[in-house]
Amino acid sequence: MSEVLSKDEAKHVASLAKLNFTEEQLDKMVSQLSNILDLVDTLNEVDTNGVEATYSVSNNVNVLREDMADNWQQKDQLINNAPESKDGLIKVPAILDGGDINE
Amino acid sequence: MAYANFITTIGLEVHVEMKTNSKLLSPSPVNFGDAANNNTNVIDWGYPGVLPQANKGALEYGMMAALALNMEITRDIRWDRKNYIYPDNPKSYQTTQQATPIGQNGKVEITLEDGTTKTIRIKEIHVEEDAGKNTHGGDGYSYVDLNRQGTPLIEIVSEPDITSPDEAYAYLEKLRQLIQFTGISDVKMQEGSLRADANISIRPAGSDQFGTKVELKNINSFSYLRTALAFEEDRQARELIAGNTIQQETRRYDEATKSTILMRVKEGADDYRYFPEPDLPVVHISEEWINEVKNKLPESVSDRLNRYINDFDLSPTDAGVLTQTLIMSDFYDKTVGFGADPKRSANYLIGDVNAFLNENGLELQDTKITPEHLSTLIKLIDDGTISTKQAKQVFTALTQGQEPKDYVEKNGLVQESRVEILQPIIAEIVDNNEQSVIDFKAGKDRAVGFLIGQIMKQTHGNANPNVVNQILIDELNER
Repeated sequence: MSEVLSKDEAKHVASLAKLNFTEEQLDKMVSQLSNILDLVDTLNEVDTNGVEATYSVSNNVNVLREDMADNWQQKDQLINNAPESKDGLIKVPAILDGGDINE
Repeated sequence: MAYANFITTIGLEVHVEMKTNSKLLSPSPVNFGDAANNNTNVIDWGYPGVLPQANKGALEYGMMAALALNMEITRDIRWDRKNYIYPDNPKSYQTTQQATPIGQNGKVEITLEDGTTKTIRIKEIHVEEDAGKNTHGGDGYSYVDLNRQGTPLIEIVSEPDITSPDEAYAYLEKLRQLIQFTGISDVKMQEGSLRADANISIRPAGSDQFGTKVELKNINSFSYLRTALAFEEDRQARELIAGNTIQQETRRYDEATKSTILMRVKEGADDYRYFPEPDLPVVHISEEWINEVKNKLPESVSDRLNRYINDFDLSPTDAGVLTQTLIMSDFYDKTVGFGADPKRSANYLIGDVNAFLNENGLELQDTKITPEHLSTLIKLIDDGTISTKQAKQVFTALTQGQEPKDYVEKNGLVQESRVEILQPIIAEIVDNNEQSVIDFKAGKDRAVGFLIGQIMKQTHGNANPNVVNQILIDELNER
C-alpha cells in the first residue's frame, strides 16, 4: 500500500461529507482510501489516448420528458419513511456551517 | 463614493426560477405555496434506483433565455453533478451543466441613469435544479420542505465587465426585463424567482491583477445590492489604504445599518468535485430545434420598442417606458387593440395611469383598470363626448372598476358642443371684454387665448374647445 493520501486530505474529504472521525478511524480511512486510489492508479495505466470520454453508458440521446406535471401522491409514504418528521416537514439535525448552496 | 485610484470589478451570478409545469428531473408539479413536501416524489427525495428524465420544456426555456441574451447555444450537452452535502438536497448533489452550459458568450447593453450605454458580456448560462427549503428550528433541528427541490433554474454568469454598483444595478434591471419578455419566469425577487449573488474586488489603478473577491449573498432587492456593493467598494479601499489585506469571505447586507456584515471566511476554493452525471443521457440540440424554439419565443423587448416607434410614432423615451415591464407593454397593446389612438393611449399610461400607480403603490395587475375601459375612455375624449377635464373624473371611476360609457351617462358628463347653448355665453363674454376685441383687431392673438379662458371658466371646462374656438372667431370677425 502506497501512502498516496495524506491524513489532512482524508480529513478534508470527511468534512465535505460532514463526517467526524476519531484519530483511529481516520487512520483506517486513510488506508482504505489509499487502496481505492491505488486501484485508480492501476486503471490509469491503460492507454486511453484517442478514446472518447464516456459520459453515459447508454447511447441514448435526447431521451427527454414533455413538461407535464404529474403528482405521484407519495408524500405520506415518503414522510413516514423519513427517520423523523414534524407537520409534514422532514426533521434533521441542524447543520449551521453554511453548506447550503443557496446561502 | 469610489476612490479614484482603485478599479472595481463586480461579477454577478443570477438565478432565475423557470415557470415550467414540472420539475427538471421528475414530473412533480412546480408550484409555489403548496403544503410542505406535497409536490415531491421518490426522484426528488433521491431514492436509490429511480430513473430521472430531463424536462424538455426546461431545456427549451433555457434556450429561450440564451437567445434573449444574445448567446450561442451549446449543441452537445451533458449534465454534471455538483456535490455538496446539505439537507436541502437529499441527493447530495445538484444536477447542472458545469462543463457544457446551454448558452455561452452572450451580451447585453445597459443604459445608466446619465444615458450612457455599455455592453456587459455574459459568460454562460446553465440549466440546473433548485434545492429545497431548509428552516432552522432553533431546537438543534432543521425542518426541510422539498417542494422546491428540482425546480428548474437558469444560472446567469456575467464576465468581469461591471465596474460600478450603478452598472450592476442597470445590468440586473436589464436581465430582469429581457427574461420577463420571454415569459419563462416571473423574475420576482420578493418571491425568490430571481436571486442575485455578487462578488466584488478592487485593485489599484494600473494593476492588471484582480484583487481578492468578496462574495455578497442573501440580498433581496436590486437597490440593496447596489448599496451593499457601494459599501464594499468603500470598505475594501479603506482596508487597502490602511495597509490591510482583503480576505476571501462571504458577507451579507444589513438593512438597518446599510452596511455589509461578515457571514463566514472562506478557506480554500469551493470543492464541489464535479463529475459527469451518469444517470442522464446526453442532449443534442439541432439547428432545427433551435429554430423551433425561436418560433415559440414571444416578441422581444427591442422588437416591441421598434414597433412602437415605427408603427405608432411614439418617441424612443415613451416606447422605453412602455416596455419596462411585460405587463405594461401587454396592457398598452391591448388598449390600442380595442381601438384607442396609440399616441393618446401611450400618454395616458405614462401619465395618469403611472401617476395613479405611484400614488397608491400599486402594480398595474393589482388595479381594476382594464385595457378595454381605458380604450373606451380615450375614444370618448377623441370623439368629443367628454372634455379632457371630465376625463379625469371618469378615470377615477375607471380605477374603481366602472365602465366609462356607463359612468358618463349616469353622471350626465357630456361635453357641451351645442352652438345654441354656447353662442349666447360667448357673445356675452365678448360684450364684456371690449379691450380684447380691440386687441384682436390689432392682431394680438393673446386676446383669443384670454377669451377662451373666460369661456371655459364660465362653462366649468365642459365646453367643447373646437366648437368654442369656431364660434369665438366668427363672433370676433363680425365685430
